[in-house]
Amino acid sequence: MSIEIKTTSVEPIRHTYSHTARRFGDKPATRYQEASYDLEAKTNFHYRPQWDANYELNDERRTAIRMEDWYAVSDPRQFYYGAYVGNRAKMQEQAETSYGFCDKRNLLTRLPEETQKLLLRLMVPLRHVELGANMNNSKIAGDATATTVAQMHIYQAMDRLGIGQYLSRIALMLDGSTGAALDESKGYWMGDQLWQPMRKLVEDSLVVQDWFELTLLQNVLIDGMMFPLVYHKMDEWLESQGAEDVSMLTEFMRDWYKDTLRWTNAMMKAVAGESEANVAQLQQWIDHWEPQVYNALKPLAEASVGVEALDEARAELSTRLKKVGLQSQGVSA
Amino acid sequence: MSQLVFIVFQDNDNARYLAEAVMEDNPHAELQHQPAMIRIQAEKRLVINRETMEEKLGRDWDVQEMLIDVISIGGNVDEDDDHFILEWK
Amino acid sequence: MAVKNKKLNLKDKYQYLTRDMAWEPTYQKMEDIYPDERFEGIKIVDWSQWEDPFRLTMDAYWKYQAEKEKKLYAIFDAFAQNNGHQNISDARYVNALKLFLSGVSPLEHAAFQGYSKVGRQFSGAGARVACQMQAIDELRHSQTQQHAMSHYNKHFNGLHDAPHMHDRVWFLSVPKSFFDDARSAGPFEFLTAISFSFEYVLTNLLFVPFMSGAAYNGDMATVTFGFSAQSDEARHMTLGLEVIKFILEQHEDNVPIVQRWIDKWFWRGFRLLSLVSMMMDYMLPNKVMSWSEAWEVYYEQNGGALFKDLERYGIRPPKYQDVANDAKHHLSHQLWTTFYQYSQATNFHTWIPEKEEMDWMSEKYPETFDKYYRPRYEYLAKEAAAGRRFYNNTLPQLCQVCQVPTLFTEMGAPTKLSHRQLVHEGERYHFCSEACCDIFKHEPEKYVQAWLPVHQIYQGNCEGADVETVVQKYYHINIGEDNFEYLGSPDHKHWMSIKGEKPADENQDAA
Ligand SMILES: [Fe+2]
Ligand SMILES: [Fe+2]
Ligand SMILES: [Zn+2]
Repeated sequence: MSIEIKTTSVEPIRHTYSHTARRFGDKPATRYQEASYDLEAKTNFHYRPQWDANYELNDERRTAIRMEDWYAVSDPRQFYYGAYVGNRAKMQEQAETSYGFCDKRNLLTRLPEETQKLLLRLMVPLRHVELGANMNNSKIAGDATATTVAQMHIYQAMDRLGIGQYLSRIALMLDGSTGAALDESKGYWMGDQLWQPMRKLVEDSLVVQDWFELTLLQNVLIDGMMFPLVYHKMDEWLESQGAEDVSMLTEFMRDWYKDTLRWTNAMMKAVAGESEANVAQLQQWIDHWEPQVYNALKPLAEASVGVEALDEARAELSTRLKKVGLQSQGVSA
Repeated sequence: MSQLVFIVFQDNDNARYLAEAVMEDNPHAELQHQPAMIRIQAEKRLVINRETMEEKLGRDWDVQEMLIDVISIGGNVDEDDDHFILEWK
Repeated sequence: MAVKNKKLNLKDKYQYLTRDMAWEPTYQKMEDIYPDERFEGIKIVDWSQWEDPFRLTMDAYWKYQAEKEKKLYAIFDAFAQNNGHQNISDARYVNALKLFLSGVSPLEHAAFQGYSKVGRQFSGAGARVACQMQAIDELRHSQTQQHAMSHYNKHFNGLHDAPHMHDRVWFLSVPKSFFDDARSAGPFEFLTAISFSFEYVLTNLLFVPFMSGAAYNGDMATVTFGFSAQSDEARHMTLGLEVIKFILEQHEDNVPIVQRWIDKWFWRGFRLLSLVSMMMDYMLPNKVMSWSEAWEVYYEQNGGALFKDLERYGIRPPKYQDVANDAKHHLSHQLWTTFYQYSQATNFHTWIPEKEEMDWMSEKYPETFDKYYRPRYEYLAKEAAAGRRFYNNTLPQLCQVCQVPTLFTEMGAPTKLSHRQLVHEGERYHFCSEACCDIFKHEPEKYVQAWLPVHQIYQGNCEGADVETVVQKYYHINIGEDNFEYLGSPDHKHWMSIKGEKPADENQDAA
């Protein structure tokens, strides 16, 4: 008898939260589902923001993109916070081994002076691009109106800060942690003609108001050309310059980019798949920004791997966009 | 008026070393046990020294490791490689 | 290029790894990139004076946070596998969790959004990075709370639709409007409100003694997430103090602005925490510390030390702190007796405290409990025993600012209800206190916008005019499960069967 009472008393009266059950049915939900769906406040906001009185807090009209339900955009990696930091902790552990190894054996300072200079001029300034990406993603996390969307962008923001820090550490290894190499590299970012179109593009991105336009620009268009160019094509090129050890230090970026492709592709698919109007809006933004991204990266390509490599990166991006019904220039095939 | 600084740790194994080190380096501090937590308060100033912790643990210890077990603090924070200080000046 | 050969110290190195990645823009104007930094009137002369509150690079952040999460989820798993809910002191305790999940957890999410926003708004990169790190921490808190409560939700009522309720239920507009207020303000006010007034001055009251109480009531899941979240809080608190000092040091014109914000946000926070006072005194069956003791330690003592430290900037303690200090003898009792009457419209149960509990309160509140509150409970208990469990069917009058029903009494006059009113542009507004009325007077254009739940019901915006329809249809409170008296509730019966006792019969229901 008492055994029977015990079994009924551990029998659950429901299997998940009502808000989760409304979407997925009353069955045991995943940690991702319980942590990501319908948590963000939706209605009955009390006061208009003083920094933008045209809209309410959590207002869906802060972007021109319309979704019946923004939770249709979700993360194929199913990252809730715990899963996210767990994954990045593993990645950083690997990176730490490489950076430690490089540092201990002086692998960078043993490179010819000229190659060191190449790194400071062509690679380290990207830390500033990363900071721009960090800012843009933080804005998006603050504006997005579904937890599934907002959380991907705060992860992205913090990742970009981390990548900027890894790039900075390359310079700190070169100068023996005095900061001189970082100062030098920042000088290129500010004054070298090579970087000015890129710096202008980043500054222009910082005044984009529409958060979806911004995620498209930053996480799809800029990253979609820059990461293949820098961390794949330039990586191979550096190897040919005798700097193959640098590859160890950018492994994190390659793994990271591969990881982000999953969610950026899924996001584009969901948003473009929603309506013709969305496709038209996205297309208009792509027409406006994609050539600017190409031109911003061109001097970097010219000074290193050559423009063909950039054209290939551009074609790669174009193929991705085509899959969701969007067109961009520079299709090679 | 007295001006107390304080630090609260989760009551776990790490924290026992921390509490011991804090009490050793801050003889004027007062330690209170409450369910699941350890609270240490002191007039004006509390310091946690890396050296003392390393002695207690018998290994290298990074001051930032402390962040895992601290649940609250009161006082201005001054942190560097060798110590973590809470104080009212 | 200047030749350097000195190795960077930790502080300078951290600056190179954060704010040095920023640069003076030349293609776009500063005001266009950071349009929200000026309108509040705060003057920042030099962002480079910003002191980083902690020096955590992302690699270390991922490492430490992953370690914390690993420990935390191991405990969640063990808790669920072992049906840890059976080991709590008493099922009445779970009602505190219902209030927590619907009242507090959504604020963690709002904090995530708010800090993401200010993490972009400031032109100082050091401050931005500190805010972003807090943003992702707050997301963590919002999510770990969902996971910690997930198991309770499977075995108890009232936890099942917290975000939906947070947007609608009458008393949940207290926390909701608090955070909406902060998020709709400018970035400096947001930080003064949340980082300083709330995180530094007041949240200890929620997260330290209450979580310790959770442990004392056998709730491993909650104490673990609570303390694990608090380990992030040490960083947030440091940010809160750095922010205030930084703003005050930048320009003397900032002092009066900040002082007004401190006055306002101390009071807003104090009113919000009145909900916590009843959680501590009434909803923890095993008691650790009374609200008034917690207030003495965490506000009077620690807050006192803090405001003494801030004197040198020309900052004085919050304007209405005397009222708050006096209220510590009454707060939890006034709240609980009010919620007791309105249990038909809440997602948690209420009850008359048991005899030992009342004795504990007499001991903790020697000047007030026996004199003012015990007689009320004795009367209510008698009514309930006679089959007339009291529910108040008149909708309460809510304060236009804090949105708590006007249930508080005047300082030094515990039988006199505190009430203020004011006519603004032909419309009459009601307040719970002088302090709330002050807040309104300073920004009437903001507070006239308030979404006041009781007004909204009267205006027919809540799917019905009668309480039952509003509660069931609009709030998603399941009638007869989530609401009403604890004794005889499904939770109560379920608990008795867990404990192998006979389910409560009708007589006990009314007791
Ligand atoms: Fe939090
Ligand atoms: Fe916090
Ligand atoms: Zn009020």
